[in-house]
Amino acid sequence: MDYYIPAEYEVVRTPELCIGCRVCERQCANEVHKFDKDLGKMIADSSKCVNCHRCVSLCPTHALKIVKSDDTYKLNYNWTMQTMNEVYRQANTGGVLLSSMGNPTVGPIYFDKILVNASQVTNPPIDPLREPMETVVYLGKKDVDIQRDENGRLIDNLPPQLKLTTPIMFSAMSYGSISYNAHESLARAAEELGIYYNTGEGGLHQDFYKYGKNTIVQVASGRFGVHEQYLNSAAAIEIKMGQGAKPGIGGHLPGMKISDDVSKTRMIPKGVDAISPAPHHDIYSIEDLRQLIFSLKEATAYKKPVIVKVAAVHNVAAIASGIARSGADIIAIDGYRGGTGAAPTRIRNNVGIPIELALAQVDERLRQEGIRDSVSIVVGGSIHSSSDVVKAIALGADACYIATAALMALGCHLCRSCHTGKCNWGIATQRPDLVKRLNPDIGYKRLVNLVNAWTHEIQEMMGGMGLNSIEALRGNRLMLRGIGLNETELKILGIHHAGESM
Amino acid sequence: MFTSDQVNLNGAPIEGEVRIPSGCAVSAIIDRSGKRMTGEKIIRSIATMHDRSNGLGGGFAGYGIYPHYKDYYAFHLFFNDFSCKKETEDFLLGHFEIVYSSEMKTRKVNGIVNEPLIYRYFLYPLSKRLANSLMDEEQYVVKCVNTINAKINGAYVFSSGKNMGIFKGVGFPEDIGKFYLLDEEYEGYMWTCHGRYPTNTPGWWGGAHPFGLLNYSIVHNGEISSYDANRRYIEMFGYKCTLQTDTEVITYIIDYLLRVKHLTLEEVAKVISASFWSTIEDKSEEEKAQETYLRKVFPSLLINGPFSIIFGFDNGLMALNDRLKLRSMVCAEKGDLAFVSSEECGIRVIEQDLDKIYAPAGGQPVIYTLNDNALGEGGLR
Repeated sequence: MDYYIPAEYEVVRTPELCIGCRVCERQCANEVHKFDKDLGKMIADSSKCVNCHRCVSLCPTHALKIVKSDDTYKLNYNWTMQTMNEVYRQANTGGVLLSSMGNPTVGPIYFDKILVNASQVTNPPIDPLREPMETVVYLGKKDVDIQRDENGRLIDNLPPQLKLTTPIMFSAMSYGSISYNAHESLARAAEELGIYYNTGEGGLHQDFYKYGKNTIVQVASGRFGVHEQYLNSAAAIEIKMGQGAKPGIGGHLPGMKISDDVSKTRMIPKGVDAISPAPHHDIYSIEDLRQLIFSLKEATAYKKPVIVKVAAVHNVAAIASGIARSGADIIAIDGYRGGTGAAPTRIRNNVGIPIELALAQVDERLRQEGIRDSVSIVVGGSIHSSSDVVKAIALGADACYIATAALMALGCHLCRSCHTGKCNWGIATQRPDLVKRLNPDIGYKRLVNLVNAWTHEIQEMMGGMGLNSIEALRGNRLMLRGIGLNETELKILGIHHAGESM
Repeated sequence: MFTSDQVNLNGAPIEGEVRIPSGCAVSAIIDRSGKRMTGEKIIRSIATMHDRSNGLGGGFAGYGIYPHYKDYYAFHLFFNDFSCKKETEDFLLGHFEIVYSSEMKTRKVNGIVNEPLIYRYFLYPLSKRLANSLMDEEQYVVKCVNTINAKINGAYVFSSGKNMGIFKGVGFPEDIGKFYLLDEEYEGYMWTCHGRYPTNTPGWWGGAHPFGLLNYSIVHNGEISSYDANRRYIEMFGYKCTLQTDTEVITYIIDYLLRVKHLTLEEVAKVISASFWSTIEDKSEEEKAQETYLRKVFPSLLINGPFSIIFGFDNGLMALNDRLKLRSMVCAEKGDLAFVSSEECGIRVIEQDLDKIYAPAGGQPVIYTLNDNALGEGGLR
């Protein structure tokens, strides 16, 4: 016996504005809207609404809005409505709660408690409109011995590097969790921007091999879609050990999202949940990771950097140190607020640590051990804006991964219902009628716009600090100050409090 | 850490406890024939740029000034009192053979006050101690210098090279020059100097420039914005930036690139004052490959923000500006003499009639070294 769970959001229609064009009805995959012949007007079933704002955005007369429902249980600060609903839902079904996108709960966002410096008098700010302002980054190992040829010229003995025109990449999102058109948009944007997008664990669709030089292919515990051609088509290979939204467990793609094409790309059966194992079953220890890293390097003739991606967990600094000594070229760290197409709610909201703290600790540990040079650091897990990128780099990152922000550029309104497969924006769905709503010709341009806008803002902030090269910002923690942070937090971040001088 | 107890700081932090930005004047003169000159000219040069200093620090480095002791390390030390002097000398005796030592000759000059005890020691490492340390000689000497500076409260080694010496203190640089009798007592083939304009008033003698590491010396005008990126990187390789000054971190970077990574001076310049990517793109294939490689290998040693430095080493100097040339610096030549100065007036005041005068572009290193046939063995060098 299921209890009715009241809708959290209510669809409100202004009758004077509604012209009965029925766009909302056609656009809603959740079947919220319909035209009632008896009443002669549009009506809405709010209990089906996920608040994706598709109808609001497309309503030609702006007759629609979604409001937080004022229906409430008896007010209780200990048992919130959300928590109560979750209990009812579990009692209804006996299932594990599933969620999508990053942890939305209240909690500290450390980036917002960090302030950036600017030059005054003793050192001039630099004007990015009038002077070069360099954002090019090379990711990869730098710890080489200087060698010269017989004429004394330096020999380029660097292991393979990834060149980024700006320190931003699109983070892993698998084909399957997101649509063909979303992937195409990301791939084309990465190519135009001179950066990289990441296949996630879903393999690489045949049509996208042509974007290989801007593609990072992922090897995850399920090994979905991994074969020699896949590895060799890419610019870099990422071993996914963990994900910020769900540390300690594998990926989860609901069966309804596994279409013919997805099934073919992933090399798995159609329509069956694809749940990748929690560990890589050939990696139970750090020395096993080393073997996988070198297997992949052997398979690709040592021409591709290997990235190892881990979730930010309590002892991430020691783990990163182990990875840096295991032949990885780049470490990617994903914070506990990172996004996902589907994760158990309890894990998403309770496991892992904030990316700011993880990054600060990893960078510091690698420096203490003198091995910061042997690996680049890429961080993700809720990079909201260009200022987050600036702060992450000053804390010690080489570059940032963005995914949620990228999806928002494609239309995502963070309704957090990806796991239902009915994304009205054509992003997190495989239904052809929905996928075609996302036009890659427009989508890729919006992604390019977003990254270009952020790059301009990064340049403005760098110039203000008197920097004209992003390299000089990396690890430059004197440029940061904490505000409203306690001593332990400041110590972990390795920064002074606002008001303390240099 | 050496501190000056005589100065009332009212609780203000001193060098090393806090980062103190400063503006400055720099100047240098070298006679490429190896002929030696007193410090009189360099004092006149820096005195002309008086307004670029504010009386809170000045100093000089002279090269070729100790020809009779050229095989021995010349340690210049500040002491707060005789007890730390005793402690330091006990340490020195345990690690070095002291060939000669004396109090540094100084004269009273108006404006130079609160001077510490200043002593000079010529010494070389005890061979057995050196062998047991498993370090090469230079590492051994640097380690001993760092030990004194870090561990003996009130003592500070501010010069430790061979046949060269650093002279510095709190005051206007021209007064410091006279205080040390550089215009009478010393002759060298090369002089560099520095007048300081700190934005804080620590009044600490050790905080003045040049900063020295064995035979290397640096004078620097600027405030680098990449400081913490550079510091955190270079500290991975055993250096410890205790003074928190730009000069200190720049010295360590150059030492690391020259001595540990065996780069040439020109290559060092391409690392710390790298060409813009767009500039590199326009260069010949060979230069493009070399400069791209250096930028890719040493991204964290790019020094960003304004600086003009004069790097002194055995038999020459390198002058270098930041890549945007945010600090003034002029170079000139007259016969065997070569000059570098923050302002042209600092050169004209000692030599009106020049063969050549020019302002090097940002990131373009200017290197002046002794001629191959310069006065050497048996000569005055």
